[in-house]
Amino acid sequence: MNNEKVQNIDSNTACVNASEQTHPGWYNLKYTLVGILFGIVFVKAEIISWFRIQEMFRLQSFHMYGVIGTAVVVGAISVFLIKKFNVKTIHGEVIKIADKEFNKGQIYGGLLFGFGWAITGACPGPLFAHIGAGFYAVLVVILSAIAGTWTYGYFQEKLPH
Amino acid sequence: MIEQIQQPWPWYVAGIIIGLIVPALLILGNKSFGISSNLRHVCAACFPANIKFFKYDWKKEIWNFFFVGGIFLGAFLANHYLMTNAPIEVNPALQTELAQYGITNYNYMLPSELFSFEALFTLRGFIMMVLGGFLVGFGTRYAGGCTSGHSIMGLSNLQWPSLVATICFMAGGFFMANIILPWILSL
Repeated sequence: MNNEKVQNIDSNTACVNASEQTHPGWYNLKYTLVGILFGIVFVKAEIISWFRIQEMFRLQSFHMYGVIGTAVVVGAISVFLIKKFNVKTIHGEVIKIADKEFNKGQIYGGLLFGFGWAITGACPGPLFAHIGAGFYAVLVVILSAIAGTWTYGYFQEKLPH
Repeated sequence: MIEQIQQPWPWYVAGIIIGLIVPALLILGNKSFGISSNLRHVCAACFPANIKFFKYDWKKEIWNFFFVGGIFLGAFLANHYLMTNAPIEVNPALQTELAQYGITNYNYMLPSELFSFEALFTLRGFIMMVLGGFLVGFGTRYAGGCTSGHSIMGLSNLQWPSLVATICFMAGGFFMANIILPWILSL
């Protein structure tokens, strides 16, 4: 694999921080407020329930399809409006969203994550919500997920992309 | 009102709120919604081990730790103040299937027979927690995102690689839940 390709994968997999402004650390608490709302929804709509995920993958319930589908529609309308009206951030910056570049990792990695999702009944967000909701044993799952991420980083250049 | 909040929330309420997180993060500070990157930032902060993939300034991504801290707090608050003690309602077909594997406790969102410190010392509990977690961490980073980064943020921005990733998430999940998981659960 040439260097340029690795570079592309790198920018693709990093959570791109588009903001170029710097602020005091406590400014980040605004993200905590959004996270609190997200965490409440995770619990109250039973998105963190292993049973809901099993129902989803057996086509036994509409619930999760409804949640994700509605979120995509609302998100897409929002992004459309932000672009159309050139909405700025609260600090007056132009909003930039990085494009996702295709590589085969989205297929291989996507399938592997799908396996993990069906086993644990959780994607990364709900794992953190589980700890908050008192399922302390899930800490083991999170540590294992960190080990998985580290292992990916270790072998990244040898894996097909 | 309080009684309504204590009931499980319907899918459209959850979907609308989660969808609004996308513009909220963009407008608050130009952040693209995504959670699995946190796992990478933890590696970069704690165990970079001179690996190229973990050599970047993770402190610039610190907002994501604040976001996840909020998820933790929100789940804590909801669990302590907004819940009833009613068991989780589960499709009868799934209940019948799970009963075959001795899973009958619907008091919590996670079956205690599979996800607890006691279960960790059983073969199937170990596979579910340790292997399952590993696949989540390895797979999301290999795919470059998870349900939030690809399925919600990526699809909202009409990115076709995110559609490919989402289809693969679902295909992997269907295969595991219906073909492999029954075997793991019977261990």
